[in-house]
Amino acid sequence: MAPLLLAAPLVLFMLAFYALPVLAMLLRSISDPAWTLAHYAALPGDTVFLKTFSITFYTSVIVTLASLLLGYPVALALVRAPRWAPLIVVLVLLPFWTSVLVRSYAWMVLLGRHGLFNEALLAAGLLDRPMRILNTPLATQIAMTHILLPYMILPIANALRQIDPSLLRASSGLGAPPWRTFLQVTLPLSMPGVAAGVLLVFVLALGFYITPAMVGGPREITLSMLIALQVEQLEWASAATLSAVLLATALAIIGLCHRLPGLGGAFRMNVRP
Amino acid sequence: MTGLRLLPATAVGLILLFLAFPIVVVMVVSFSSATYLTFPPPTFGVRWYASYFGSEDWLRPTWLSLWVAAVVVVLSTVLGTAAALGITRLPRGLRVLVAGLVLSPLIVPGIVVAIGIYYAFAHYGLVGSPAGLILAHTCLAVPFVVTSVTANLAGIDPRLEQAAMSLGATPRATFFQVTLPLIRPGVLVGALFAFITSFDELIVALFVSGSGAVTLPRRMWDDLRFAIDPTIAAVSTLTIVLTAALMAGAHLLRKHAERQLSWSAAEG
Repeated sequence: MAPLLLAAPLVLFMLAFYALPVLAMLLRSISDPAWTLAHYAALPGDTVFLKTFSITFYTSVIVTLASLLLGYPVALALVRAPRWAPLIVVLVLLPFWTSVLVRSYAWMVLLGRHGLFNEALLAAGLLDRPMRILNTPLATQIAMTHILLPYMILPIANALRQIDPSLLRASSGLGAPPWRTFLQVTLPLSMPGVAAGVLLVFVLALGFYITPAMVGGPREITLSMLIALQVEQLEWASAATLSAVLLATALAIIGLCHRLPGLGGAFRMNVRP
Repeated sequence: MTGLRLLPATAVGLILLFLAFPIVVVMVVSFSSATYLTFPPPTFGVRWYASYFGSEDWLRPTWLSLWVAAVVVVLSTVLGTAAALGITRLPRGLRVLVAGLVLSPLIVPGIVVAIGIYYAFAHYGLVGSPAGLILAHTCLAVPFVVTSVTANLAGIDPRLEQAAMSLGATPRATFFQVTLPLIRPGVLVGALFAFITSFDELIVALFVSGSGAVTLPRRMWDDLRFAIDPTIAAVSTLTIVLTAALMAGAHLLRKHAERQLSWSAAEG
């Protein structure tokens, strides 16, 4: 069987219904109303774009750091505490398998004015009146961290699993206390997993749309939300320009990371295990 | 290796609580008897499930989502499995190019895909029709089939196919009697992922659904703009249970396939 013939139907299908549509849309950024680079040239002076881009980037950085901080200990427990591993796997995968929409809704329920969080703090006497958390940047950061955390845990756990246990025994046998073994053996050897997790979470966070639209602040618009807004107003040239910037940013970060050693496979993994 | 110390164990426990708690809360709220969102519910009941199953406004989008996802499964499994068989046999340069195209929906931000498809489909009259959703969702679902089947293919001994051919089997017989049974777990796992990808998909649906083809996630999204009444909690719980069951099935299938592969390797 000719390999090309087997792949051809899918390639043609995806060209027709996905790749060419996206390219045709992106083309509007340089062909509307005539061939021009004016839409890109205008970006550095566009305060709405600059604010949106910095909010998107900042949110992604915060979410990536929070996921790393919360994800590493869980990955370590997953690999080092075999007795608990099945429970941990279920607790990590259950939210992972739940749709982004449902998880964002869950945070609306938790963080609302009369949500569980506020009610608990009021009941405990820690607050006099409900705190505003829903529809703030903090709500976006919490919900996005919750949604992206498994993408950090799984690659790190993968890297930790591949560490030869005899290295850890050698380290402690030579007199290193556990924290030193962790800092000088485990942590450096898990770096490919950390890098893969950071890359994955950051790139996915850049494109988030549903969560910030549902739980985020009315004025903290992400790049994805601005693009949707432009389409609603039929500003196709502007939407296309912003899409190209968002896509180029994501691809640039992936390209940059491909040059780092040990990261080649970050995006070759199955994103939903 | 020492066990978990108390402090790290508590920290890990709290992080796991952070992960699972919101899902649990949605499930508990769905059994509330109150007419508004409150936690813990004053008393329990199934009124929100009754309101979901009694409302044509909810059931119609549910059926649409289910059958769109079913068609997406068929299309993406057939196209994706054939492509996976082809891609692994392509020369390197071409393979990178084809794999790049096929896997790119995993990386390209959802909004960019959605408005690109909306832009083109509006010209073809595909907005507001189930056909538009099916075509778009197939493109989003196919990477999961291709990665799953490719991973499965990588674990298969090529000598099995060679043996079948040298014993006189036609390429067609070799495929249906040797290759396909070997990659069946990968195909099934890919099909389950494809189903869930389509069933849960929202961003493309926001643009391509129009008013004529409202899917379940789109219906939930529209509802959330006006009120967050507990019907959505009931719908959410049902979708959580459905996806969890399918994913658990995929997980078991994969484990089963791994075990079979390691057995046949051990026997060989």
